[in-house]
Amino acid sequence: MDSPDITSATATELIESLQSGSVSSVEITQAFIERIKAVDSKVHAFLHLDEEDMLSQAKNSDQRREKGKLLSRMDGVPVGLKDVISVEGQPLTAASKILENYISPYDATVTRKLKEAGAVLGGRLNLDEFAMGSSTENSAYGPTRNPWNLDCVPGGSSGGSSAAVAAREVPLSLGSDTGGSIRQPASLCGVVGMKPTYGMVSRYGLAAFASSLDQIGPFAQTVEDAALLLETISGHDPLDSTSYPSDVPSYSTEIKLPLEPCKLGLPQEFFGEGMDDEVRKCIEQAIRFYQAKGFEIVDISLPTTDLSVPVYYVIATAEASSNLARYDGIRYTSRSEKAENAIDVYAKSRGEGFGEEVKRRCILGAYALSSGYYDAYYLRAQKTRTLIRNDFDQAFAKVDAILTPTSPTPAFRFGEKSEDPISMYLSDIYTISTNLAGLPGISVPCGFTQSGLPIGMQLIGQALKESNLLSIAHIYDREHGYGRKAPNL
Amino acid sequence: MKYEAVIGLEVHVQLDTQSKMFTRVGTGFGQPPNTLTNPVVLGLPGALPVMNLEAIEKSIKVGLLLGCKIAPVCKWDRKNYFYPDMPKNYQISQFDQPICEGGEVEIEMPGESPAVMGSHRKVQLTRIHLEEDVGKLTHYDSYSLVDYNRAGCPLLEIVSEPDLFSPDEVFAYLTSLRNSLVSAGISDCDMEKGQLRCDANISVRPAGTDTLGTKVEIKNLNTISGVRNGVEYEIKRQTKAMLEGEDITQETRRWNPEQKYTTPMRTKEMAHDYRYFPDPDLMPVKIEQDWVDRIQKELPEKPFDKQRRYQSEMGLPYSSTSALCGDRPLCEYFEQAAALTEVPAKVANWVVNDLLRELSQTTAGDNPTSEKITLDNCKVSPQSLAELVSMIEDGTISNNVAKELFPEMFSSGKSAKELVKEKGLEMKSDGDEIEGLCAQAITNDPDAADKFRGGKEGAINALKGAVMKATRGQANPKVVDETLRRLLAP
Repeated sequence: MDSPDITSATATELIESLQSGSVSSVEITQAFIERIKAVDSKVHAFLHLDEEDMLSQAKNSDQRREKGKLLSRMDGVPVGLKDVISVEGQPLTAASKILENYISPYDATVTRKLKEAGAVLGGRLNLDEFAMGSSTENSAYGPTRNPWNLDCVPGGSSGGSSAAVAAREVPLSLGSDTGGSIRQPASLCGVVGMKPTYGMVSRYGLAAFASSLDQIGPFAQTVEDAALLLETISGHDPLDSTSYPSDVPSYSTEIKLPLEPCKLGLPQEFFGEGMDDEVRKCIEQAIRFYQAKGFEIVDISLPTTDLSVPVYYVIATAEASSNLARYDGIRYTSRSEKAENAIDVYAKSRGEGFGEEVKRRCILGAYALSSGYYDAYYLRAQKTRTLIRNDFDQAFAKVDAILTPTSPTPAFRFGEKSEDPISMYLSDIYTISTNLAGLPGISVPCGFTQSGLPIGMQLIGQALKESNLLSIAHIYDREHGYGRKAPNL
Repeated sequence: MKYEAVIGLEVHVQLDTQSKMFTRVGTGFGQPPNTLTNPVVLGLPGALPVMNLEAIEKSIKVGLLLGCKIAPVCKWDRKNYFYPDMPKNYQISQFDQPICEGGEVEIEMPGESPAVMGSHRKVQLTRIHLEEDVGKLTHYDSYSLVDYNRAGCPLLEIVSEPDLFSPDEVFAYLTSLRNSLVSAGISDCDMEKGQLRCDANISVRPAGTDTLGTKVEIKNLNTISGVRNGVEYEIKRQTKAMLEGEDITQETRRWNPEQKYTTPMRTKEMAHDYRYFPDPDLMPVKIEQDWVDRIQKELPEKPFDKQRRYQSEMGLPYSSTSALCGDRPLCEYFEQAAALTEVPAKVANWVVNDLLRELSQTTAGDNPTSEKITLDNCKVSPQSLAELVSMIEDGTISNNVAKELFPEMFSSGKSAKELVKEKGLEMKSDGDEIEGLCAQAITNDPDAADKFRGGKEGAINALKGAVMKATRGQANPKVVDETLRRLLAP
C-alpha cells in the first residue's frame, strides 16, 4: 500500500489491509506521521506528537500479529485523542496555558480500552481551551484551521479531532461533546462525529468541562468506522458513577443487519429562521433520500428548543466554575511568578493561565450558583432541563429518530463570531438540547456548499439505542460517503 | 444580672473504613506524607469520585445508634471554596439532605462520688452528614506544606442543637458520644490523631430567658479537656462583655490551648459563599429500608443501656459498670467470664481492678515492658479468670492467694489450677489437721483463749492468725473460725 492510499483509507479498509498482510501497523503509522508533517503546519490539528511512542506501539502491534495474538480488530490502527483525555506519561493541556507543564500520570478509561484493543495512540489534538468554544479559536496554542478552507474555522471545541480526520492525518479520533463539540466540528469538517448517550462512555480521565453534559465520542470518515471506535470505548466503568451499567453491542456488526424503515421526526422549531439556504437544501435532499427508502417523515415539535441555549449556559458554566477550581497554581498547574501570597497564587495563576472565554464562563457559573441567585438561575435551569427532556420523550413516542441540520451554517471565517459570544453560542443551537436530554446524536456529512465547504446532518436517537441510530445513519452514509471525500491540502 | 451559656457542638468524626470516601486508597495515620493518594485524592484532571458503601453503612449505623431519622436517599453536594488543603477546591459534602436528621445523645453528669451515678439527660441533635476530609497544612516562615494523606477520608459531622449549657455538659456529651462511637466500631475517636474534632457554637443570654444571644464559633478545640477549657473561657469572656454592656460580635474565634484564650479568626462579613450545588459526578443513592433494618439488627447495645443492664440484671455496683461500659471489648471479656460463674459482681471486680491494673502496668510510660499487652493478646482468658473466681467461691483457694496468683497468671499465661497445683496452694479444709492446729494455737496462747471466753470477741483473731501462719495462709478461714469457736465453747 502506498502512503496516500494508507492515509486516505478508512479504518475498516486499513484493518482489511492489515489482515491481508499488505501493510503493517508500522507502515500505517509511518504514513500518517509523514502526512502530519506534510500538512499540519497548515491545519494545526496537533498540539503534541510523540512519534517514537507511536512507532513503538505500532511495532508491538505487528509483533502481536506475527504471533497471532491480536488484541482486537482495531489492533494496529492509529487513533488521535483530543487533548482533554488522559494518557499516562503524555501531556494534557486542555489547550490551556495553565496546564502547560502537566503530564498525566494515569490513563483515562477510554485510553485503557484503546490500549487493550491494541490501537496506536497517536498525538494530542487541539481544541478550544477546556472544550469551551465552537471554533477552536479559544486554544491557547493557536487555532486549528479547516482543511477545506484554511481561512475558516474547523468548528469546536473538538476542532483538532475533526480537522485531523478530515485532513487525513489520522483515520480515527476521539473528541468530547458537551453541547455539540463533536457533532458541530464534524459537520464543519465533513466527517462523521458522534456523541453517545450520556453514561455510555466512561468520563474517567476526561478533564471535565460540565460533568452532567460531557461525553466522549468518535470521529471517522464513515459511520461504520465510528461504530467500530464507539464499541471499543463504550461500556460500564466502576470508576465513573455516572457510567451506565449495560452491555455493549457490536455496533459495527449490527449496522450491517437489514433495517426496517422507521419514522424520522423533523422538529419544526429547528427549521425556522437562521438556517443557511445551502444547509437547508442539503438537509432536504437527505430527507428525500430517507423517504425514497420507505422511511416515514413526521413533523414534530420540541417547544422548549429556544430555552436550550440559556439553560445550557447556566448549567454548563455552573459546573465548569466548580470543575475548573482545581486549576489553582498550587500543585500541578502553572503558578504565577508574580504571586506574593496565597490569594495571589490563586488569582494571578488563574488570571494568567486561563483565556478570556474560560474566565467568562467561570465567572458566569459562579454567579449562577451564588447564594441569592441559585434559585433563579441554577435551580430554574435544572427544572427547565427536565422540560426539555420531556419534550424529547414525547417526540420519541411518535418517531424513532430526529433529523436536523447539525449546524445552522457551514464553517465560518476566523474572527467572524469570536468577538460576539452570543452568536458563537448560537452556532450550537441544534446540538445543545441533545446533551441536556442525555441523548445520542450523530453528525453525518450530507453535501457541500458551492464554495466547497462541508455540510452535516444530525440524527438524534433514543437513549441507549446507539445501534438503531448508527444503522439509520449508515443507510445514508454507505450510499453517499461524503466523508470519504478529502480536501486538497 | 445572671447570665447563662447556650452551646451547640459540631463534632467531626473520621470513619474507620478500609478505603477513602470516594476512591480505593487506604486510610491511615502516621504514613509518610502524600503516600495515601491517587488521581482522585489529588484532584487531577479527569479524576472522578465513586462512593464508598462502607462509609454510608457506618453513617447509617451512627444514625440508628443515636436515634436519628435516616434519609431515604443519600445525595451529594459540592461545597466550593479555595484553600490549599483541598485538592479540588471543593469539598464533596451534604448540604440540604443530610444522611441523618434529629436524634439524641444521652449524657451523664458527674455524681457525688465516683461510686454514685450522676444525673442523665438527652441532648438533641440537629443532623448528621457525611463528607470528605481535607488535607493537613503545616505552616512555616515563608511557606506551607500540605499532606493529602487525610484528604478524602470519610468524615461524619454530628451537629447538636444549642442544647448544652455548661462546660461540664460539653465534656459529658463528648465522652458519651465517643464511647458510643468507639464501642460501635465507627471510629477510634482519637483526638490526637484528628479522628475526632470539635467546633463549639457559644452564646450567652440573661438566665431564664428563651431567645438565643449572638453566636460565636470556636475552632481548634483539639482535646476533650481543650474543649472544656475553651468553652469555659469563651463563656467567661462573653459574660464579662455582656456585664460591661458590650455587644458580642458574630464571629469565628480560635482557641489557643497554650495561652488559654480565644482570638478572632473571621467575622460574619468575611463568611464564605460556598455556592453549594448537587455534585453532578455522583448519583444519589437510594437507602432501602431493608438495608436500614439489617443494620438495625446488628446494632450493638449502647453503653448506657449496657450499664443499666449490668446494674439491674447482674447486680453490679455502679462503680464497676462505669469502669466497664465505655470499653466494649472489656465488656465482652467480662460477659464471657461472668457467664461461667454465679457471681458476676465478683468477676466485674476482678476485671476492673486486677485485670485493668495489670494491663495498664504494661503500657505505663515509666515501666514499659517489651510488648504492649492489650485484651487481644492478654494471657488471662475470660475462661481462666472465671476459673480463678470459681476456685475462690468453692473454697479451693483464699481470696488472698488468688490476689497473689493473678499477676503470675497474667505474665505466664498459666491457669490458676496449674499454679495452685505447682505451688501446693490449695486451701486446707481438712477437719482433723485444722483441729490439731487450732488446739495447738489455744495451748500456745492461753491468754487470748481466756479473753475470748471472757467475752472479748476480737481475741479470736490472734488465734486465727497463728493457725494461718502455721499453714502459710492456706487454711480455709471459714473452717478455722468454726473449729476455734467449737473448741473454745464453754
